[in-house]
Amino acid sequence: MSQRYELRFSGAGGQGLITAGIILAEAASIIEGKRAEQSQSYGPEARGGASKSEVIISDGPIDYPKATIVDICLAMTQEAADKYANGIKEGGLLLLDADFVKNTPQGNFKVYRLPIMRMAKEDVGREIVANVVALGAVVGMTGVVSRDAAEQAVLRKVPEAFKDLNKKAFNLGYEKGKELLN
Amino acid sequence: MAKKVALLQGNQACAAGAVYAGCTFFAGYPITPSTEVAEELSNDLPKIGGKFIQMEDEIAAMAAVIGASLTGSKSITATSGPGVSLKQELIGYACIAEVPCVIINVMRGGPSTGMPTGPGQSDVMQAMWGTHGDHAAIALVPSTVQEIFTETVRAFNLAEKYRMPVQVLFDEIVGHMRERIVFPEPGELEVINRTAPTVSPAEYKPYDATKGQVPPLASFGSGYKFHVTGLNKAADGFPTTKAEYVDAEERRQVNKVMDNVADIESNEEYLTEDAEVLIWSYGSTARSARYAVNELRKQGIKVGLFRPVTLWPFPEKRTSELAKQCKAIVVAEMNLGQMVYEVERAAKGNCVVVHEGRVDGEPINPGQIAAKVKEVM
Repeated sequence: MSQRYELRFSGAGGQGLITAGIILAEAASIIEGKRAEQSQSYGPEARGGASKSEVIISDGPIDYPKATIVDICLAMTQEAADKYANGIKEGGLLLLDADFVKNTPQGNFKVYRLPIMRMAKEDVGREIVANVVALGAVVGMTGVVSRDAAEQAVLRKVPEAFKDLNKKAFNLGYEKGKELLN
Repeated sequence: MAKKVALLQGNQACAAGAVYAGCTFFAGYPITPSTEVAEELSNDLPKIGGKFIQMEDEIAAMAAVIGASLTGSKSITATSGPGVSLKQELIGYACIAEVPCVIINVMRGGPSTGMPTGPGQSDVMQAMWGTHGDHAAIALVPSTVQEIFTETVRAFNLAEKYRMPVQVLFDEIVGHMRERIVFPEPGELEVINRTAPTVSPAEYKPYDATKGQVPPLASFGSGYKFHVTGLNKAADGFPTTKAEYVDAEERRQVNKVMDNVADIESNEEYLTEDAEVLIWSYGSTARSARYAVNELRKQGIKVGLFRPVTLWPFPEKRTSELAKQCKAIVVAEMNLGQMVYEVERAAKGNCVVVHEGRVDGEPINPGQIAAKVKEVM
């Protein structure tokens, strides 16, 4: 059977993590021509509450569209970390927002930290692009899609006036993500 | 030329399929998890000269769909379980008045308001028996985003061909999930339009069985005038209580579907040839089942999958055949047991039939199905 690679983006509703998942799935399926699926689960709240978005990438057909054993999980908030940092495979990766997740979920996986919200606010200039910083970091850490494909997918998704901001956010995340594993 | 591809939600694919099929009218009362169907059509229909109306409630939306269809527009509504419950009276009206229309039900749990953002498959019996009285039903249950597109097109075709409401049921998982879809070119999928009368307006009878099992339907506004009612009626559309008319009409309306099951049914089988245990599953749960089949086959277990795409009329013949071949059938569905009763009936005691369900808002995962298969081995 074909290889599945499973990613989970979790955080607070409104942080744009579903969008991050959609961008990654587009990079994989539309730009790189692999199979990819994005699904989500969220509560009744429009903002706040824990939300997650999952992306499965494979070189063959994807039957079950939800995660089975997660290769990499991102948690942007403590609530998301408590609720969704599970089912990670042995030796898998967990990326936490360094400022917002104080209690580290325990398990047989490698834990990494980046101050994602702070990077978005202070280094890029807008908190709203934290999801794109996070996406960059995940792509930098995993190489699950190429840097080019992911950047293209980000730029396809944002209006002209915000292209530079998002490009900066993606590349900052990518570099920092790559450094984490070096 | 390369075909157009996109990463779409199931709900978006449903809207795109409706437009492909020639739909020009939507009326609805948006409800999670079906809202994107309305959202997309509110954007698409005005561009092609169609109409989108957000009605004051679910009942009015169904009435508007029936009215629009009678003027010749291919018409659709999209809702979820609570909305389908409200629409039942008018779904029955569309059955007896023989008005083509498509009802999309993106299933969540229930009864009542249930869990709006969670998936469910507990409206499948409602699709058949939700409205009262003897009637036939057609219900389709796609399991991928691509299939939601093609089955929405087929729903319109069947509605127009058999002059009746057709329901398409999928759940929150496939409705909200995004996957790649390849858009069919115009002409690639069959698009069926209703048969118009060939007689003059003076001679026209909307329920004239001598014109066939499915009499031609004139469009209001085209010069033909006729009576439309929910009462039992004679060929001219006016109410009657004469036994011979009532009996013949009731039977014709059921038989127009049951005599044409071969045309309406659609199933997929996966590794059933040598299967000793069969998983019988549909919609998003069938995706878990297929994954489970692959895992179990690696362990040398002879298991296969039967996946109905047409749920109603029930795939009786093939289910009966497979029951004779297999030791056991596991019916996996996100409810506490609905289609399992039909499978049991069709199995006629030839094999064990067990149910694997779930109603906590989480999908039935492959491991859950695999464990049940091992239990019945």
